[in-house]
Amino acid sequence: MSGLLINVDNSFRERLWKNLIIAIPYFWLLLFFLAPFLIVLKISLADPIIAQPPFTPLFQDNDDGSMSIYTTFDNYLFLFQDSLYLVTYLSSVKLAFISTVLALFIGYPIAYGIARSPQPTRNILLLLVVIPFWISFLLRVYAWMGILKTKGLLNGFLLWIGIIDQPLELLYTDTAVYIGMIYSYLPFMILPLYANLEKLDIRLLEAASDLGARRWEVFKDVTLPLSMPGIIAGCCLMFIPAIGEYVIPTLLGGADTLMIGRVLFDEFFLNRDWPVASAVAIVLVLLLVLPIVYFQKRQNQELWSES
Amino acid sequence: MNQRSTFIFTMLCFGFAFLYIPIVLVIIYSFNDSKLVTVWGGWSIRWYMELFSNENILNAALLSFRIAAITATAATIFGTMAGLILARLREFRGRMLFTGMIASPLVMPEVITGLSLLLLFVSLQNFIGWPSQRGMNTITIAHITFSMAYVAVIIQSRLTEVNESLEEAAMDLGAKPARVIWDITLPIILPAMISGWLLAFTLSLDDLVISSFVSGPGATTLPMLIFSKVRLGVSPDINALATILILMVTVGVCIAAWIINRQKESKAIS
Repeated sequence: MSGLLINVDNSFRERLWKNLIIAIPYFWLLLFFLAPFLIVLKISLADPIIAQPPFTPLFQDNDDGSMSIYTTFDNYLFLFQDSLYLVTYLSSVKLAFISTVLALFIGYPIAYGIARSPQPTRNILLLLVVIPFWISFLLRVYAWMGILKTKGLLNGFLLWIGIIDQPLELLYTDTAVYIGMIYSYLPFMILPLYANLEKLDIRLLEAASDLGARRWEVFKDVTLPLSMPGIIAGCCLMFIPAIGEYVIPTLLGGADTLMIGRVLFDEFFLNRDWPVASAVAIVLVLLLVLPIVYFQKRQNQELWSES
Repeated sequence: MNQRSTFIFTMLCFGFAFLYIPIVLVIIYSFNDSKLVTVWGGWSIRWYMELFSNENILNAALLSFRIAAITATAATIFGTMAGLILARLREFRGRMLFTGMIASPLVMPEVITGLSLLLLFVSLQNFIGWPSQRGMNTITIAHITFSMAYVAVIIQSRLTEVNESLEEAAMDLGAKPARVIWDITLPIILPAMISGWLLAFTLSLDDLVISSFVSGPGATTLPMLIFSKVRLGVSPDINALATILILMVTVGVCIAAWIINRQKESKAIS
């Protein structure tokens, strides 16, 4: 398996080609991904001032003509002193976590059902899971606004069949955020679960029941442990983006729905406090490093055990 | 039917109802004559007529489609290069950094990508005077950056699926690497490039948060326009717009699925 691009006659033109193919995406990412991130880090260490741009420069000219580097940890201290931010981080994690668990309970039986369907049906069901995934995220969240409104379709329906006699307060509450999260990210949960359950060797289940295991025991002792990689992949794919979510809490949540993506947005655009917004972003990245590293490790283990 | 299949069947029905009822309701209510969005006032296509005479919406749609087309094409080119590097180049200086920079945009929250790119554009403007104005160009750059990572992953996984023997054989027979890539590798990854292009197009068309950060005065994309209207509540012409976009996506996905299925079948026969 000698690499295609390495093992070549080192004529000048070939090396030029190879380097060009590496250099173009490399420099694009350095300039538009890594550099911006370092700038966020830099600005999170500056003081806010009323100017354009609204923060103190990293290099400052002294009176005697020399230069000095100016940094401050005030923004980070501020994040930990003002309980709003701590509460917001915790509440983002809580909202993302509970939605992920609920989506797992809804998604697992669906993925299982699809994986056990006979072939033509299975492809159609899978297509039906994929289609909402391609439809605009914003529009899918928007669809719930008309349903959850106080005078909306769900309340109308519930009043009509007589379950309730007062319309429920649903839109602009945490309940609406949970529904929106589960709805938007359900395909992310179902697809990895399906990919895993589809590979499940049905003979193992038959062997277990032949040996006298009850149906529940077969599920608990065979199916569930074998589908663990799918469960972890699905949960990570949903939990990680859900923490930083902005659109769902803004459209469906109330004023008291605290999510970090929304606080960052407001801090930047409404308060115009760029340094604090940058510090919020850096802490959010640190918060995400843990689940991402865990996910990567599990994925690598998967690869090793397969090969 | 035993107890468990009944349970699974119920969950399937419930799950798909959950996934599709909101979408179906938007489609039905886009034909609602009433100005009150949740009161049924009979069938009509007035909101569609209104939509096509609304210049703001048409301009925003045009801008979004232009950005999406440029983004998808550039992201496919850069992403294919990146995917080739990741799959076929075992070692070069800075490979770790490169892998990290490809994987990170996939998990980075949109608010952070948006914030950091805006701060970059502001700094660049201060130092070298470019970009003199934020708008379509800055949005396109931002979209290319995050969607090329998705394309790279698709290309990489396709390339690791097929083994290198074809490429090696061609090289043993004396073909130059550039020729091998052009004649052997590219045809193999063409389907992956097409799905990458479609994914990048949809991601760009769909993006709200990153565009809101890096856009400037005068450049309003379709999601930005929808968002500013929808923040104030449900509106009937957005229902009509949503219906058109949903139908476009559904038809596109079904055609793509049909083509992929047919390819699989023809492969199974040969």
